Amino acid sequence: MSERTAFVSPGTALRLVALIVGASIMVTPFLYMVSTSFKPQAFVLTVPPQFIPDPATLSNYEHILGLDFGRYFFNSLIVAVTATALSVLLSSMMAFGFARFRFPGRELMFRILLLGLMVPAMMLIIPQFILAKYLSLLDSLVGLIVFYVAGSLALNTFLLRGFFEAIPEELDQAMQVDGANAWRRYWDLFLPLARPALATATIFTFLACWDEFAWALTIISTPENMTLPIAIQLLHGPRGTQWGLVFAASMIAVVPVVTVFLLFQRYFVQGLTAGAVKG
Amino acid sequence: MNRATASRTVPYGMSKAAARPNRARLMSGLTPYLFIAPGFLLFTLAILYPLVQAFQVSFYDWKIIAGAVSDFVGLENYQRALADPRFWHSLVNSGVYMLFTVPPQIALGLMVAMLLVKKGPAQPLFRVLFYLPVVTSWVVVSLLFKYLFADEGLINYTLGDFLHLSDGETSWLSSRWTAMVAICALGIWKGIGWSMMIFLAALQGVPRDLEEAAILDGANRWQRFLSVTLPAIWAAVIFVAVMLVIGGFNVFTSVLVMTGGGPGGATEVVLTYMYKQAFEYLDFGYGSAIAVLLTVLVFVLSVLQLKFFGNRDGGEK
Repeated sequence: MSERTAFVSPGTALRLVALIVGASIMVTPFLYMVSTSFKPQAFVLTVPPQFIPDPATLSNYEHILGLDFGRYFFNSLIVAVTATALSVLLSSMMAFGFARFRFPGRELMFRILLLGLMVPAMMLIIPQFILAKYLSLLDSLVGLIVFYVAGSLALNTFLLRGFFEAIPEELDQAMQVDGANAWRRYWDLFLPLARPALATATIFTFLACWDEFAWALTIISTPENMTLPIAIQLLHGPRGTQWGLVFAASMIAVVPVVTVFLLFQRYFVQGLTAGAVKG
Repeated sequence: MNRATASRTVPYGMSKAAARPNRARLMSGLTPYLFIAPGFLLFTLAILYPLVQAFQVSFYDWKIIAGAVSDFVGLENYQRALADPRFWHSLVNSGVYMLFTVPPQIALGLMVAMLLVKKGPAQPLFRVLFYLPVVTSWVVVSLLFKYLFADEGLINYTLGDFLHLSDGETSWLSSRWTAMVAICALGIWKGIGWSMMIFLAALQGVPRDLEEAAILDGANRWQRFLSVTLPAIWAAVIFVAVMLVIGGFNVFTSVLVMTGGGPGGATEVVLTYMYKQAFEYLDFGYGSAIAVLLTVLVFVLSVLQLKFFGNRDGGEK
């Protein structure tokens, strides 16, 4: 406050310049990607590089839709939506159980769950593959959903438990006096009150499922079951990649994510400050 | 389940259970388990069981073909890894990636957060712009950086024709260290937004009165940063450092997409090497041993970090 003056101080100006330079470095690759998605193949790697495509073309997008990217988009959407809904339901139930009851095994089970936060996903990929093969879940969207849900349970439960614990006990007790059973209290009291935390869990889980690559790469083998990250990665070959196509397809994957992010960014901040969320 | 009896569940903190009939007590005792069971069973099946099996598989010459018998080989897979120069090569690459991405992400993330902590009209916009790479899929940004670092790509043009820092003809992805530069650049660029967001939240908790007292004492910006800001956000710094070290050793998608571990295995990192062993050569036992070794290493590093830096906060108070 004491440093505040009527005009822009040199310090503020310097700060702004630094931020603008930094933000440009962050954003330029994206802008360049958008630009390239409108370039014909002959113009993707020109010297000097083109920032405004000339000539601009929509042919990459037309081509991408012809390559069944509508289907991959739909696969990604089904997987991400289903997995997110199941994960948020199951983890909010667990969070309610952990937050509002005292019972034998509570601490132990919660600690075991926390273990799941610390194990890197890649460490489990071999035994999970063996398990998925045994359960005949290879090369199926169900195989993606089951393991995406399982993989996000620990974090979501952890996040929601903290929120549930902060809900005043009096509300809970009042409902109990009115004869509401545990399920009704969970459904009609805790879930509505925890809406911000549920939103945070929903967004992070959705993005994680939407972007997931390693597991899908491992278990999906037929084109009709591919999700967007797999399909996009397959577009680029060892030589002569059609970059215009790659980035037109990438736009299909990125635009929904950026939209979700812009619409719900306050929940991102909330989730991150609750800790332990790594994007 | 009888709803009427279940409704008498004792919530945490209330204890009138003693006055209950036995059946009701049994039901109320079951309630928390019923809430936890569906999720916990799935967790046990798809996370916990595989976690145990990861260790088990690493002691076998594991056969994935149905009906084939897997031979127990004891520590052979581990001995093989420790004697495998390509494993060490990949470990060095993962370590280099970690060393060259973690400090910049912390330093730059903190710098941006400090620049943004004073709320101005443009603050939300900058926050979004810096966070954008974090929400974008690894596959997409890896392809994007592969394109930027292509021989005739934007990076060569910028360095050569624009800034005149190089001849602009670096073939980035075709040798080990230049490829690592590109891979690290991606890691830093994608990660700054995340650490910035954590630091931004932590900086809200820096005590104003201490800051003002330091100004009155004539402390300059750097002294204020060291003696007031840094101690106040130390827990966040540790958290970010531990998470980033874990993340650094888990680098996978960017390497797989940008170089595929090539040329000739030069840029292989631990996880791409593990992945190839398992899913290209179907050597699940060896792959698991590598995965276990990496996990143990990362775990030990996390504990060490917490031990050496974790209680600085407590020590100064």
